[in-house]
Amino acid sequence: MAKHPFHDVAIVGIANSEQARILEGHDSTTITFQAVHRVLADTGLSPSDIDGVAAGPFSGPLTYYMRNGPSWRHYMAPSIPTILDAASAIATGQCHTVLVAHGSAGVYTERASTAPWTRPAHEFVVAYGMFTAAEFALIAQRHMHMHGTTPEQLATVAATVRNNGHVHPDAVYYGRGPFTPDDILASRMVADPFHLLDCAMTSEGACALILTTRERAQDLPTKPVYILGGACDSFGPSYQHPPAWDLAGPDGQNNGYTGRWAAQKSFAMAELGPTDVDVCEFYDPFSFEIIRQFEAYGFCEEGEGGEFIMDGRIGPGGQYPVTTDGGTMSFSHGGAAVQQLQRVIRGVEQLRGTCVTSQVPDAKVAMCSNGGAGALFTDVMLLGTETP
Amino acid sequence: MSELLQPQSPGIPLPVPTLYSQPYWDGCKVGELRYQRCRDCGAITMDPAPACSACFSTNLDWEVSTGQGEVYSWTTVWRPQTPAFTVPYVAVIVTLDEGFWLLANLINCTVDAVHVGMRVKSTFVELSEEITLPYFEPAD
Repeated sequence: MAKHPFHDVAIVGIANSEQARILEGHDSTTITFQAVHRVLADTGLSPSDIDGVAAGPFSGPLTYYMRNGPSWRHYMAPSIPTILDAASAIATGQCHTVLVAHGSAGVYTERASTAPWTRPAHEFVVAYGMFTAAEFALIAQRHMHMHGTTPEQLATVAATVRNNGHVHPDAVYYGRGPFTPDDILASRMVADPFHLLDCAMTSEGACALILTTRERAQDLPTKPVYILGGACDSFGPSYQHPPAWDLAGPDGQNNGYTGRWAAQKSFAMAELGPTDVDVCEFYDPFSFEIIRQFEAYGFCEEGEGGEFIMDGRIGPGGQYPVTTDGGTMSFSHGGAAVQQLQRVIRGVEQLRGTCVTSQVPDAKVAMCSNGGAGALFTDVMLLGTETP
Repeated sequence: MSELLQPQSPGIPLPVPTLYSQPYWDGCKVGELRYQRCRDCGAITMDPAPACSACFSTNLDWEVSTGQGEVYSWTTVWRPQTPAFTVPYVAVIVTLDEGFWLLANLINCTVDAVHVGMRVKSTFVELSEEITLPYFEPAD
């Protein structure tokens, strides 16, 4: 028997649709269906093999048009929590094979404004011009004040992640580099300390995954990648309240290190620690978030993240390569959720050993994440080629 | 930049008060920065909420802050959220002396002067008949 119920679940299918700044001729539904076609082709499965659908607003339409009902379903825009819910549904016998999918096109059209999903109209932020970059900047500035973290360290993260996208033929910003930290610092300021190139971009695209039981995975053509652990930390709704580093409950666990408790639970499920991780597919909405996550997850001490990421440690061939497809800064950022699923897709690709660029040799354990302290949540997953 | 930061002009998106936040916005109209204190455990709750954020009691009272505090974190924004906003503007989280955080914009200050620990005080700007908005400015 598995040591944790997640270990009985494998990710057997992954696919990205085409990704672009603007996908002419597509809307969110058609691009999502493209990703679904691709993930079915990846696994050799047909719609009748799927008995669960977790695709946010597309769960109902996909089930209807695939005629795969009755089917388990999940309506939240899918990211790591959804994948964990799907794995739980499989592990508890509610279904055996779940399609996870999401897509976005034609949603962000008013380009003079920031993207609509970055600026909820909550009464305590709406009149102060807040949006994602400003929220995350308030977190980064506090860390810089406490620990002396520098703009050059932030720029080193951004250059590293962007260069991973620069060489990736499927990245929206393929061939747009290479970047040095000085190039990042020379880009225009958006929200101090974040220059334009410290920030995620916006684009359009879709992606999909298929999860099934360990047993069924053995009959499929793809190399199964197992869920070793996963958990989610939240400190409240995103972008409605002050994103304070020290926001905490009575036990003192604080928003600045959101994701720490999820990581501890994930490592315990996996019977692993940070030094066992071969590739860090961390969520990269802003450069500082990578520094914060290395501290939060226990890869280094509090306040040392800025030094930790220097000297090539997070680049190709380094000890902990990060966000190896270029992430939200360069690969794609298709809305509120697609790019979160893409962290897990890239983790699976690394463990299959099929990355066309930036493949980490013989990668066996991948750590994937979503969210960030500026948004008051962080979700974590550990993937592996083997289970304990 | 040596120019003093200004409040935003009417036309920006404005808050829509809720049942439990209305007393806060009523306070702003009369120049009071109001916050909630729990009658049961004494803790402060902010932003306004239907229950105490320490003990979850609904037995909350309104009190008036001195409006004095210090900058906890800040960012100068150069790319506006929407074209309704004039840049640059500075978003701050202020720790009020009573011990709660408030997110607002900083005005009457140069962009270069803002820093963590800076002493500030609240000031109010009427933006519509319904909404007067609290800002912060340097305390001296």
